Amino acid sequence: MRYRLHWLPVLVALIGIGGRAAAGVLPEDRADLLYHVYDGGGVQIDGPSLLVRKSFLEKISVVGNYYMDMVSSASIDVVTTASPYKERRKQWSLGVDALRGKTTYSLNYINSRESDYDADTASFSLSQDMFGDLTTVTLGFSRGWNKVRRNNDPTFEEPTDTRSYSVGVSQIITKNLILGAAFETITDEGFLNNPYRSVRYLDPTSGTGYSFQPEVYPHTHTSNAFAINGKYYLPFRAAISGEYRYYTDTWGIVAHTADFGYTMPWQKKWIFDADVRFYTQDHADFFSDLFPRADAQNFEGRDKELATFDSYALGLGATYEFPGGRPRFVQKGTLNFRFDHIWFDYKDFRDIRVSAPPGTEPLYSFEANVFQLFASIWF
Amino acid sequence: MRRFAPALLGLALLTLAGCSGVEPWVKPYERDRLADPIMSLNRDPVSAAYMAHVFEAREGARGAVGSAGGGCGCN
Repeated sequence: MRYRLHWLPVLVALIGIGGRAAAGVLPEDRADLLYHVYDGGGVQIDGPSLLVRKSFLEKISVVGNYYMDMVSSASIDVVTTASPYKERRKQWSLGVDALRGKTTYSLNYINSRESDYDADTASFSLSQDMFGDLTTVTLGFSRGWNKVRRNNDPTFEEPTDTRSYSVGVSQIITKNLILGAAFETITDEGFLNNPYRSVRYLDPTSGTGYSFQPEVYPHTHTSNAFAINGKYYLPFRAAISGEYRYYTDTWGIVAHTADFGYTMPWQKKWIFDADVRFYTQDHADFFSDLFPRADAQNFEGRDKELATFDSYALGLGATYEFPGGRPRFVQKGTLNFRFDHIWFDYKDFRDIRVSAPPGTEPLYSFEANVFQLFASIWF
Repeated sequence: MRRFAPALLGLALLTLAGCSGVEPWVKPYERDRLADPIMSLNRDPVSAAYMAHVFEAREGARGAVGSAGGGCGCN
């Protein structure tokens, strides 16, 4: 929890463009074991993720996932207002998909625990195939119950409540092209700011020229996101994909996300992926890097996730497929490696590790490397 | 907006009524390319969920991109 804005302690049901299972067909039986590493901005996070999915009677599919983050943080927020720390987050989830005719009903439950934050989320979704199975419509709802604590204050505990409503459509356009669209509204209520984080304000009595006081956020937050995507099979065996998302919320943030990908098999055993992602957002109405005085506004935030910034990401992946048969129940397997490099450039969040008159420090930026190594088997 | 609501509702109903007789223009036997794993929108769910979490923890935007987890692992 520490030093992160917790807006979304929620399982956003496996709907939308990327995660929705096709209606009319249950997901394949498979198991994935992934090891992930994130390194950037003074933060190292690594850990495993294990997912197992198994169907029964060709009508029901059960999926379980265990995930862990081991965090070692000396981010700019931590080194400027607190002390580096280490912590673990553990998460597990359980889901059931039931197929009846051309309709798939899905139930999911997710539980996340860390030293100062608990999150429990339940979700339901329904997918329906129609028009000769060219169209799939998905409706989803999820509800999250969360508890925010503060490690240095055992008396502090505040609840938050999250609800998500979503609708998605995927449409086969031609034998080479599929398009999708998704809309999702998420609403939160409760203690939404980070209990550790501070805002900065001008203070002539301080040696640095500024001081800190705790952030104060609104107790409600509602967001709307609309996304479209498409994937096209090229004349040779390869595919290109594109996705765009428009986001807006009641805190004044407007964001655009665009993603373009290319997938190319090589010989019979390899698949290579490459994609680029662009993200840009405007700052929240109550964000400021430097407030003019203490208690300048009723709501105040200096979380860099609320700032104006651009982000760019370049991703590369390789998959090697190996045949099944050993052991006998394995039909096939893959070994996968993926690397992503991400750039973050902030437009109104300053690097106060540099000594300079308040408000003239250089703007903050950082880069991150993300590694994933995973094995998958189908059975 | 209220003035247009009946017209929009009528248009939606007409559209749905029209669709009921739609013949699938891509036949099942023509979907071999769409069934190719390289055309999957979510070929590796565990990896996609992880990347969604990486971005969501560091960006203001959220939603409409598939699955995401709760809790932290961030800044």
